[in-house]
Amino acid sequence: MSNKVKSDEHSSAHGHGGRHPRLVHHFDSMEQQNEAGNFGMWWFLLTEIMFFGGMFTAYTVYRHMYFDAFAAASGALDIRWGAFNTVVLITSSLTMALGVYHAQMGNNKKLTMFLLLTVLLGGVFLGVKYIEYSAKFTEHIFPAASNFQWPPYEKPVAGHAETQQLADPVFTGHVKIYFFLYFVLTGFHATHMIIGMGILLVLAWQSWKGKFSKEYHSYIELFGLYWHFVDIVWIFLFPLLYLVDRHL
Amino acid sequence: MKSAISQQRFNRDGEPQTYLNNGHGLRSWFLTKDHKRIAMLYLVSVAFFFAVGGIYALLIRINLLAPNGLFESDTYNRIFTTHGIIMVFFFLVPAVPAVLGNFLLPIMIGAKDLAFPKINLLSWYLYIFGAAFTVIAVIAGGVDTGWTFYTPYSSTYSNSNVLLAGVGIFIVGFSSILTGLNFIVTVHTMRAPGLTWFRLPLFVWANYATSLVIMLSTPVLAITVSLLAIERVAHVGIFDPAIGGDPVLFQHMFWFYSHPAVYIMVLPAMGVISELIANMSKKNVFGYKLVAMSSLAIGVFGFLVWGHHLFVSTQSVYLGIIFSFLSFAVAIPSAIKVFNWTATLFKGSISYDAPMLYGLGFIGLFLIGGMTGLFVAAVGLDVHLTDTYFVIAHFHYVMVGGSLMGFLGGMHLWWPKMTGRMYPEAWARAAMVIQFVGFNLTFFPQFILGYLGMPRRYATYPPEFQVLHIFSTAGATILAIGMAITICYLIWSLKKGQRATPNPWGAAGLEWMTTSPPPTENFYETPVVTWEAYDFTVVRPEDVTGMAAE
Repeated sequence: MSNKVKSDEHSSAHGHGGRHPRLVHHFDSMEQQNEAGNFGMWWFLLTEIMFFGGMFTAYTVYRHMYFDAFAAASGALDIRWGAFNTVVLITSSLTMALGVYHAQMGNNKKLTMFLLLTVLLGGVFLGVKYIEYSAKFTEHIFPAASNFQWPPYEKPVAGHAETQQLADPVFTGHVKIYFFLYFVLTGFHATHMIIGMGILLVLAWQSWKGKFSKEYHSYIELFGLYWHFVDIVWIFLFPLLYLVDRHL
Repeated sequence: MKSAISQQRFNRDGEPQTYLNNGHGLRSWFLTKDHKRIAMLYLVSVAFFFAVGGIYALLIRINLLAPNGLFESDTYNRIFTTHGIIMVFFFLVPAVPAVLGNFLLPIMIGAKDLAFPKINLLSWYLYIFGAAFTVIAVIAGGVDTGWTFYTPYSSTYSNSNVLLAGVGIFIVGFSSILTGLNFIVTVHTMRAPGLTWFRLPLFVWANYATSLVIMLSTPVLAITVSLLAIERVAHVGIFDPAIGGDPVLFQHMFWFYSHPAVYIMVLPAMGVISELIANMSKKNVFGYKLVAMSSLAIGVFGFLVWGHHLFVSTQSVYLGIIFSFLSFAVAIPSAIKVFNWTATLFKGSISYDAPMLYGLGFIGLFLIGGMTGLFVAAVGLDVHLTDTYFVIAHFHYVMVGGSLMGFLGGMHLWWPKMTGRMYPEAWARAAMVIQFVGFNLTFFPQFILGYLGMPRRYATYPPEFQVLHIFSTAGATILAIGMAITICYLIWSLKKGQRATPNPWGAAGLEWMTTSPPPTENFYETPVVTWEAYDFTVVRPEDVTGMAAE
């Protein structure tokens, strides 16, 4: 930008007693700038809902068509890991919310700590996901592998004893659809977490360097919205993938 | 508010300050955050892809000159697919919003820029990045599935570069999502003092509605293309009938985006037409609120009609009837617009300058395009007409006769604002008439061809269709000549055109209350709006004549 633009900014700043250094040139006030960011983030999350919505639609269609196969395949997932991960993610949403609170208080040290804690919990989630994914390979239920089989290799399936002996290719095909959806849904969810953790590390670094303050912390709030969204996606994924026709 | 002409400021060299001379060199363009410069970047890239898509259209027409075709059938498949992909994703979707919308939307609402200038620049880079993938796909041999990528052509039986093209479309989708996001946030949070929602120009309303549709539909295309790509790479997927998947689910998911996408392509052009008709007949748009609301209604209805592309698929007949009814319903808001534009003309002070010719052309051609849409929305008739040239003619009347006419009309209306130069009026009128004649000669025979049973996407045809095909090819040639003339005189006018006054048309709207071209910040003082939209009493005579500057 050239000098004349800057001079315009100064002349318009006199009216409302100086501009905040973080206020960019095309906004009139910090309130307007924060409102724009917030509003934009909510709209972005709406596009995310539509993105995941496409997969949820496909899931709904095939679950309706092939319920038996979905129920049987769901039994091959380890419900304990799924439940554990649900707790981990909800806790990470709590640490994120505490981070936002400390950002509003202007407490940079605590903000950094809670952001790093959130990264840590995200890491735990992905670690568990890694354990679960590798089990799919050893049990020969990774859908793209040529050794795909049903029932899984050397693994008893919870419930649905009556469907286990069904080794017929049509049924196996339907199970394959379930696992395809399992991998794309959890895969896109995990991708969102990895991106989120990258951003979290940047924010933690910036917070450590003292970039944020009581007046200027909208990035933290916006990222909090994103993180909660990713959390909520998992809240839907857990019952849809792990709890198909499971009973206490 | 002071007249634009009296606000004009000058830089050290004594030149008027504009966004064009605020910074020189490639860096000042490729790293710009100014919405007006980004609009110009989009204009150049969109025009390039329009030319490429147009060349492919001519190749299609050349092939169809002879009943046996001039190209191999496989080559022909790749030609029409390339034409479709480039025209839809790289021209029609971004043309009006990313060029005219980007340039005008902030100015029309009295803002200094879009809410997120960096994201705006990012959206252009995403467009180029996505386009690069698609261009590589074309160079590497092309895609032969048609622009719709139907499974299993694109999955199990694919023998072309579906993956590369899919990645390109995925990326370019994010480019339009980011543009839509920017528009929505900007309209909500950055309107000038006094500029209430019902004082917004109808172009802003149209782009707002378009942005809503972009935001809600494009992510579905992204996931659909992703699932298709994963299926191609992993050789397993939910569209594969071998394991119980349903290829028709792809059609549902694809059209859940691509039918609303038709409205993404035509709604902004409708916004342009509202501006053209009002400003060129010097009257407030008849039933302003209804026209504004009809944009939103088209956006909403647009999401509920995708099944009319699947009348002859495995879709349930009952579902077909519902989709047919809903497709008829979407004609209502479109008709409201057409009637209200026509009513606006009544007793108006009508000018027949080139923008108005495009506006009138739009109304006529869109009327034909829209009415023939009702033919194909009727389930019974569609069984006969589906996948014939009737459908091709129908959507080209909407897309070329509608969107392209709107885009060109808008380019002519705002060319003085964007470049500071007038285009040559006589040439423009002549070019418009040539395009109009060429267009009708190209596509009207296709209605007859389709009715007689000529299927789309065939490289060859029975000899009795040859006369109509020759008419069509002759028309396409005339249309191409008309386009070439437009491109030539617009480029010529950049250097040689007469200098434009702030408001050469005597038009209403905030964009005409700043200098031509506008300064980087758009306005030297933030406008305070105390008037309704299309109030011609606030037009400053000195802005029209430019005399006060002397």
